[in-house]
Amino acid sequence: MGHEDPRQDLLRLATAGSVDDGKSTLVGRLLHDTKSVLADQLDAVRRASAERGLAAPDLSLLVDGLRSEREQGITIDVAYRYFATPRRSFVLADTPGHVQYTRNTVTGASTAQLAVVLVDARRGVVEQTRRHAAVLALLGVPRLVLAVNKIDLVGYDEPVFAAIAKEFLAYAGELGYADGHVLAIPVSALVGDNVVEPSDRTPWYTGPTLLDHLETVPVEPDPQDKPLRFPVQYVIRPRTQAHPDYRGYAGQIAVGMAAVGDEVLVLPAGLRSTVRGIDTMDGPLAQAHAGRSVTLLLADELDICRGDVIVAAGAPPTVTDELDATVCWLSDEPLRPGASVLLKHGTRTVSAMVAALHSRFDEQNLSTVEAPESLQLNHIGRVTLRTSQPLPVDDYSTSRRTGSFLLIEPSDGGTLAAGLIGMPLTVSAPAPVSASASAPVSAPAEARKPVAGMAR
Amino acid sequence: MTSISSGTLLADDLDMLESESIHIVREVAGEFDRPVILFSGGKDSTVLLHLAVKAFWPAPVPFPLLHVDTGHNFEEVIAFRDRIAERYGLRLEVARVQEWIDDGRLAERPDGLRNPLQTLPLLDAINSLRYDAAFGGARRDEERARAKERIFSLRNGFGQWEPRRQRPELWNLYNGRHRAGEHVRVFPLSNWTERDIWRYVEREGIELPSIYFAHRRAVFRRSGMWLTAGPWGGARPGEDVHELTVRYRTVGDGSCTGAVESEASSVAEVIAEVAASRLTERGASRADDLVSEAAMEDRKRTGYF
Repeated sequence: MGHEDPRQDLLRLATAGSVDDGKSTLVGRLLHDTKSVLADQLDAVRRASAERGLAAPDLSLLVDGLRSEREQGITIDVAYRYFATPRRSFVLADTPGHVQYTRNTVTGASTAQLAVVLVDARRGVVEQTRRHAAVLALLGVPRLVLAVNKIDLVGYDEPVFAAIAKEFLAYAGELGYADGHVLAIPVSALVGDNVVEPSDRTPWYTGPTLLDHLETVPVEPDPQDKPLRFPVQYVIRPRTQAHPDYRGYAGQIAVGMAAVGDEVLVLPAGLRSTVRGIDTMDGPLAQAHAGRSVTLLLADELDICRGDVIVAAGAPPTVTDELDATVCWLSDEPLRPGASVLLKHGTRTVSAMVAALHSRFDEQNLSTVEAPESLQLNHIGRVTLRTSQPLPVDDYSTSRRTGSFLLIEPSDGGTLAAGLIGMPLTVSAPAPVSASASAPVSAPAEARKPVAGMAR
Repeated sequence: MTSISSGTLLADDLDMLESESIHIVREVAGEFDRPVILFSGGKDSTVLLHLAVKAFWPAPVPFPLLHVDTGHNFEEVIAFRDRIAERYGLRLEVARVQEWIDDGRLAERPDGLRNPLQTLPLLDAINSLRYDAAFGGARRDEERARAKERIFSLRNGFGQWEPRRQRPELWNLYNGRHRAGEHVRVFPLSNWTERDIWRYVEREGIELPSIYFAHRRAVFRRSGMWLTAGPWGGARPGEDVHELTVRYRTVGDGSCTGAVESEASSVAEVIAEVAASRLTERGASRADDLVSEAAMEDRKRTGYF
């Protein structure tokens, strides 16, 4: 969509970064400098900062919303922020950096079209940066921005920035990111350099500011050229005088497009029909695309219910009761082979069993552990699941919408895991680098102190 | 992409928000036994109801409405609430704070605020009418504690919000499972902003209560807000009454909802005014949010919206 187009579009983005890298401050700065913070909110932050004895308003207080977050000065839970410029609207999932809250990074990343990864310019790329980037790659976030923060604390030194950017770009490349999909920007969230306003203290940096980039980066629309996937959410049967025989299948088009006259299959039963109409309250449509909530009318009287999937007849997905998948474990109770769970895929929830646990991604040294006994909170592993009914599934790599699922604990309904169908666990890392090799070579002396994150 | 005719693509951000919200509303219809829409007659719950109507057209909305009436609501809003329920043929349940005060189950607060008194009647109605999902029109842009809210927000047997126990919410897969006695609050407008609401009201031609638009009203100043006299009381000694042209940005309890000086008499004028405003809607018009730094969080924890 060109910028001459007055219609706004919307970018969903997520943040990721280690504790104390200044993520809340960056988000606060972004909101503040785009004038998304109004006077009463700023007054509240000024008051709260003064009560804490701070000389200047602490912008992180704009976003750390819970009592315990403000008390501890950390972000506990994913929060959503909204801001808009004349060019674009933004939904920002602000995710915590603590290792124990990696599941929130997964949450934020699941719908993000872009992620901003923060590093502290004094520390460079640390293990947590690699973990986050690996999770973002696994979840298929299409674009990354590396915000090299606190650039003021390394004297706006270009070689420091260049070394960090080079290391991160190389790692992102190994994770499968093409060059044009990753951008490194030197910023100071505290002072405001290159966040919204270009900085004259980094004359060596000629790229866009963070906001410039967010406003102009292409947003990949939901894929239109892929075959139709339409999970039926709800059957609309008014049985009113005006509509005695109306039977429509309501849902949101997950992938591809539907057009009147298209031949379709209804899965898992395999019934065949034709799209007779596409209804909305605003009038019928000739065709509708991914992302749109509509009601489909079919030419034949079929027995279709919530959970069925209407798909392009010429390119149906695999229908299977055995799934190979990568799962991100989100529960305090560990996953063990043989466990009975519920599996929610699209609009269908079925019983399932963990038939096998094959491997685990080791977050500490970024390698793969074969045949682990269990998966613990925040672990990522490869499993085989057997389902009580066959499901029509796509690979996550071709469709985030129909290639994903949740695992749910039957007893209390808690969400156990995020699942990605068919994804080989490709997240791997280059050989670990020593702390000295990855430290910025020309950083000022005080920046060279070893940091805990680098210890092995 | 350029060859696709307009009207079918999700052309702009409002289309995306609308489709996402309709998807959420339909998920609830598919997964729960007894959902209810919390409907106050305010702009957010009116937009929410409009989206529900769209989600099930040409069938009627398969949920009743529930309003917690503090007894101190604006007459115009109550009349609007009743008219809209009738227009769509929906059952309207009303939980009345006044009844709770009259029979001694609740005590009037010394500061006269009745918004905080809504929690118990709300939870009682959810329990006694056995609702398992309650839609709310709350938006995450309204307040810091609300920014942490899920779209499907699990409430325990006491209706309470426990921020550390919220479920991660992934893709568009919403988990509505809950144990007996628990319920889920659902916020389909989570990703909308005040500006989005008004732009959508304009686009869809949605009717709102008249107090959202400029009118003459006798008001007095208290704690930096223009309040109006009503059954909840009026100006105290030392508070001068002025006749001003005002409108409301939120419609809540009359005792704590402030008017703003405004000449905006059409939706388009309101949109222009909101865009230029230097105050948030809650900061400009809700005294109860200013009680403490975490007033909203504290109320949510006890079971508020």
